[in-house]
Formats: sequence, C-alpha cells, structure tokens
Amino acid sequence: MNKKLNWLNKRFPLYKVWNEHLAEYYAPRNFNFWYFFGSLALMVLVIQILTGIFLTMHYKPGVGQAFASVEYIMRDIEWGWLIRYMHSTGASAFFVIIYLHMYRALLYGSYKNPRELLWIIGVLLYILLMAEAFMGYALPWGQMSFWGAQVIMSLFGSIPIIGPDLLVWILGDYTVGDAALNRFFALHVIAIPLVLVALVFIHLVALHKVGSNNPDGVEIKNNKDKSGIPKDGIPFHPYYSVKDVVVLVIFLIIFASVIFFAPAMKGYFLEYANFVEANPLKTPEHIAPLWYLTPFYSVLRAVPPMFGSQFPGVFFMFASIFILIFLPWLDRSPVKSIRYRSKPYTWALAIFVISFIMLGWLGMQPVTPLNSILAKIGTILYFAFFILMPWYTSLGNPKDVPKRTKG
Amino acid sequence: MSAFFSLQVLAVSTKIPLEKANTDINNLNSLQNGAKLFMNYCSGCHSISFMRYSRIATDLNIEDKYVKENLMFTGGKIGDNIITNMPKEYAINLFGALPPDLSLVARYRGNDWVYTYLNSFYPDNSKKFGVNNYVLDGVSMPDALWSLKANQTEDEFKQDIRDITNFLDYVAEPVKLVRSKIGIKVIGFLLVLLILAYLMKREYWKDVKYGIWRKRD
Repeated sequence: MNKKLNWLNKRFPLYKVWNEHLAEYYAPRNFNFWYFFGSLALMVLVIQILTGIFLTMHYKPGVGQAFASVEYIMRDIEWGWLIRYMHSTGASAFFVIIYLHMYRALLYGSYKNPRELLWIIGVLLYILLMAEAFMGYALPWGQMSFWGAQVIMSLFGSIPIIGPDLLVWILGDYTVGDAALNRFFALHVIAIPLVLVALVFIHLVALHKVGSNNPDGVEIKNNKDKSGIPKDGIPFHPYYSVKDVVVLVIFLIIFASVIFFAPAMKGYFLEYANFVEANPLKTPEHIAPLWYLTPFYSVLRAVPPMFGSQFPGVFFMFASIFILIFLPWLDRSPVKSIRYRSKPYTWALAIFVISFIMLGWLGMQPVTPLNSILAKIGTILYFAFFILMPWYTSLGNPKDVPKRTKG
Repeated sequence: MSAFFSLQVLAVSTKIPLEKANTDINNLNSLQNGAKLFMNYCSGCHSISFMRYSRIATDLNIEDKYVKENLMFTGGKIGDNIITNMPKEYAINLFGALPPDLSLVARYRGNDWVYTYLNSFYPDNSKKFGVNNYVLDGVSMPDALWSLKANQTEDEFKQDIRDITNFLDYVAEPVKLVRSKIGIKVIGFLLVLLILAYLMKREYWKDVKYGIWRKRD
C-alpha cells in the first residue's frame, strides 16, 4: 500500500493537498452552530449535481415535451419521483443554507480584512446560484415557470436604448418560447454549474489561504506555538470532519422529512400553480417567484416607474444584490465579531434581518396599497443598512477583543 | 396540453369558503370506489393522460382483468394512458370548451377545492345545461353526478365525491401512496446513523476536550 502511495506522491501531491486542506488545516476550536453551513452547502451542491445528472437523462427541453417529461419522471421512471423531489427540495435547502452562511458572515464580520476576496467570491457564488435556480425553475414549463421567466426576462428589455434588441438576442425569439427554454437548459445544466464548481473551489482555496474566522473574530494565526501551529486551532480533519458528519445526518433527517412528507412544502418549494402546463395565452392572476428570490422581487415592485420606464426598479433590484460586494469597505468598525462590537451594529443588523424577511414575505403576496407601502419601507431599510454602515459602525466604543478565543 | 385548462377562460373561480375534503390516501376502499366512479362518470369527457390503467391496477390492488372489463371503456391495452374517446371538435361544440385534463387537478387546485366543486352544482336555467357552480361560476360542465345525488342520501353522496377526490389526489401524485411509508424507514435509518455519527464525534473530540488538542497556553 505504502509503496503504491509513494509512487503516486512522486507524481501527484496527494499528501500535500490532503494535509494542507484537511489534516493540517487548522480551524479555530470555538466554531459554533453558525459554522456548519459551509460544508453543508458543499454537500447540497453534490446532491444537486448528482440528482441533476439523472434528471437530465429523462428531461426533454422543448415547449411541447418539457412539462410531460417531468410528469414522466414523476410517474414512469423508477424512483424518478425521489430524484426530482431531492432536486427541487435541494434547491430550497441550498438557499436556506446559503442565507444562514451569509448571516454568519454578518454576525462575526467574516468579510473583513483579510477575508474581503473570500466574501466577494461568495457573493458571486450567491448571484450565480440565483441565476441557476431561476433557470432550473423555468425547465418544468409550468405556468409559474413560464410567467416567472417572462417577468424576469422582460427586465432586460427595460434597459434604456439597447433593451429591446438585447431581449430578442437573449431569448432568440420575441417571447419566452422554445428557443429560450433550450437556452435555459444549456445554462442550467452546464454553463452555470461549471462556473459554480470552479468558484466553489476558488472560494475554498481563498479560505484556506487566510484561514477561518470564528465567533470571537480573533485571528488564530497571530498566536502560534513553536511548531507553527495556531494555539487556538485544531486540525480540520478529523475533528471538524467528524462533527460535520453529525450535522450532515441531522440535515438529511430534515431534508428527508420534506421529501417524503411534504415535498411541495405547502407551495413554498413547489408552487401549486406550477402544476399546470405553461399557457402563453392565459396570464395567471398572481405571479410570484419562489421564496428565495422574493425579497429582490419586492424591491423590483417597490420602486415606481420613472419617465414611463420600469428600469429604475430593475436597477434597484440588481443594486440590492450587488451592493453586498462593497460590505468589507462600508464597515468601519475596528472589531469583527458582534460579541465585541458597539451596540448600533446589533440594532442595524436586527432591522436589516426584519426588513429582508418582510420583503421576502411581501414578494409572495399580491400588491395592495398597504403591501406597496410596506415594500417601500422595507426597501429603504434594506439599503439603509449598507448606505449608513460607514456612519453607524463608527459610533460608540467596542468592547475589548480577547487575545485568544474563548471556549 | 395548452388547451387542457381552457375551461377557465369562460368560467371564473370564485372565492367561497371551501369545505374540508377529509380524504384519506391510505383508505384503499375509498380509492377503489373513487376509481370506479371516476371511470364511469368522468372519464367520458375528462382524460387523466399522465396516468396508466396498469398503474391503477397495481397500485389500487385491482386485477388487470377486472380493470379491462369494468374500467376501460376505450379499448386498447392495459398499459395505455387514460385518454378520453370524446373527439375534441365534438366536445367544443357541446360544451363550448375542451374538458380539462384532470391528471394534476388535485395538486393544482387542492383536494378541498375539488370536493367543494363537486358538491356545489345548483340549478340555473340561464345556463345551457341548467346548472351553475358556486366554486366555478359560469362553469360549462353539466352536473354529471346528478344521478348519484338523486339516488342516495346526502351522506352517501358526500362519501362518493370524497372518494372521487381521493382518487384524483392519488392520480395527481401516485407515489403519495408509498412515499411517507418509505420516509419513515429512511428517517429511522438516519436516526440510527445519527447515534453512530454522534458517538464517533464524541470519541474524537475527547482529544480536543482532554487530550492532545486540549486548550494550550
């Protein structure tokens, strides 16, 4: 065995990679609940790719066949229903996990120096994931697939001057139809996943270069012992890998509960209106994207048209996503973790979370005068979190940060 | 397919409080009765095109021979999809719209809607077939179940439409019959795995708590 491994190691840095990224990658010993979601996201990515491959074997992109092929998978393919429910539940699970993963960064200042690039790669991953989910949702070609795609694609048409031509170029037609569906399929099964996987790899390389943050926001690399091992670090493998296995099994129990007992999750994971085949002649009374995109959909609807153009809403919707990139430079606090920050940040974060959830809820509701006002307030609060950040993060006095991690 | 739900172009779904269907997917008698009633009273006009006769035979524990003799009115093979024999032209002339495919109606509308709809026909002489519906105002469909209603007590009729609803719920998602049973086994397995995974974690983390990786100064 050793002889064979030696042969391999002379030709491939197996031990080196294993040690640098697992056995001798030292992670802070004080990780808490919020630190499980990175490896869980990786697991869900694997689930999505594996189930996606099998779905691709039976799915037929094309307006005449797509809807029926999904029902064929649900009924006539052996275990096809399980694969499909894993994939559809996996999409929502992915976003639950990513939102918690991002919230962790907000709690403990994980985007701050030296992890700015790590954060930016993460934001790009999040944006790609939204594009991936949107395209995937179009594929079953139900009413919501079609009309949701119609709404989102029309956003490109609202761009001044080039919009209308750009839209025709993107769709390959004057409407969302067979050409667009085939393009969504190509982007969903190969183009975006390829970039997604590459960026996940880069995200991990960048993480292992700077090292993981922790709930105390202490840089463990500043305190090393004689052999160069951080005093507050423990090897990722086996300690965190065995811990992550426990978390993975807990996740799978929740995941299986949804798949086997409530695969549509009361219309939140699979919308009821999407069990009707797309009909371009019949506009649904109410078009709502899936829950993970609704906060941004609310922003879109909250901004009024200006000069007869929908473009301002589109601009603010994209701005509400891309503004995340600037977070490391908007935050002026000398302290990373919320444990030691001055009070104003805690309040700002609480208001931000409430406004985000409110926008998400409103995005699923029909527009009423009250909802419209609430969406405007939510949008203002959402942006205020970022725009006012340089101000409120420099208020007050942070507590003393310990030299070493606690616990 | 795009014409399946065109019925709604003429009819408007009104928001009346829906009655609870109280269906039980595990009640095989109810599903069998629902299948019988559906094939006899509904399948003349409505397809359930994603469903196969053979699947019903297997899932609802009905012999192929019985299905062929008593539930198949269109000829063909037991493995065929359940598609009505009514010509489209004829249906449009008669009803003014194509009767929708009901493969997924229970998933799209919900069981309570289907049940309440079947229970909500009332006489209305302004309509072609002399009936209208509280749930789907302006409905083009005649009261196909009137003879069932006329020849039974109200409770018996309600049980019949509950059975049809139950059957359509099964048709909308055939795997609903088994998925929760499989789910219990899967989660049982995962719980055992959880115990083992936790014990493994606890064993390793002794190193972190008391052993070579305990807190250092």
